[in-house]
Amino acid sequence: MNSPEDKHPFILTRLDQAITWAQKNSLWPLGSGLACCAIEMIATAAARFDIARFGMELFRASPRQADLFIVAGTLTRKMAPIVRRLWEQMPDPKWVVAMGNCAVGGGPFPTYSVVQGVDRVIPVDVYIAGCPPSPQGLLHGLMILQKKISLSHPTKDIGLRHAR
Amino acid sequence: MLDDLKDAPALKRVEESLRRRFGAALLAASFEKGELQFEAARETLSGVLEFLKTGLGFESLTDMIGLDLVASRPEGAGRFAVLYQLYKFPEALRVRLRVAVDDGEALPSVTPLFRAADWMEREVFDMFGIRFEGHPGLTRIYLPDEFEGFPLRKDFPLEGRERGL
Repeated sequence: MNSPEDKHPFILTRLDQAITWAQKNSLWPLGSGLACCAIEMIATAAARFDIARFGMELFRASPRQADLFIVAGTLTRKMAPIVRRLWEQMPDPKWVVAMGNCAVGGGPFPTYSVVQGVDRVIPVDVYIAGCPPSPQGLLHGLMILQKKISLSHPTKDIGLRHAR
Repeated sequence: MLDDLKDAPALKRVEESLRRRFGAALLAASFEKGELQFEAARETLSGVLEFLKTGLGFESLTDMIGLDLVASRPEGAGRFAVLYQLYKFPEALRVRLRVAVDDGEALPSVTPLFRAADWMEREVFDMFGIRFEGHPGLTRIYLPDEFEGFPLRKDFPLEGRERGL
């Protein structure tokens, strides 16, 4: 037991904290955009703002491989059931970011055809204001989401989110 | 009006041949910004459009427009108007046909004549609720199928009846 090979460095932590630490640093967003906010989301993913610094560069083409839904843009009534289905197809645990004024509350479209906020269709974790939010704004919102995840419980909070 | 005519002697000939063919069924005609606009009765719509296409060479239906005139219509006039925008190659001539249609009335579909009319008629139906008889599949085109009401009617609230779900 006293050989030098056994003296590895180690960390003591709680398992739930280790899990949330891993979760918040390896979010896989769903590659989806509804309107012009998606352009800023794409810019955030590109080299200058480099979302890879936060472990989120892996935009998935399938909701079944994603755990972060960035709703970027105007949600129309015709699109609402599709967004709801995409969210339902994402496996737990999952998070939703409402990006931009349209996704937050309908934005400049208080009309018959636009859903007045995506939280009328799916539960939202972080709201980012802006028209559109800059890449810095999106990254700020994602850092807030990371903080929220690190303060959450890896399994107990899932049911709470769905009950809303 | 005479000044406008100088720009478009070809359109004047179009108007004359329409008058020869349809006579009193041609309700009103005027020239505006080098374009011919005329009004026809609902019953003669198909015949007028067919004559314009096959007889006079207006082969392109560029647009269809619906209007709700509920607040501004004269006494006894139809509530809605539908405008057919036609174009003739290669002379670059434009003709606008206007047809009045009242609430609950239907227009004959011109999709068999102009394939382009398919989605245009669906759009006018979607927004105004004007039906087109003989259309191959008159369903909503922009709004979800379960949507109630016709949002470009003047009595439809801008924010919708459900206030965005």
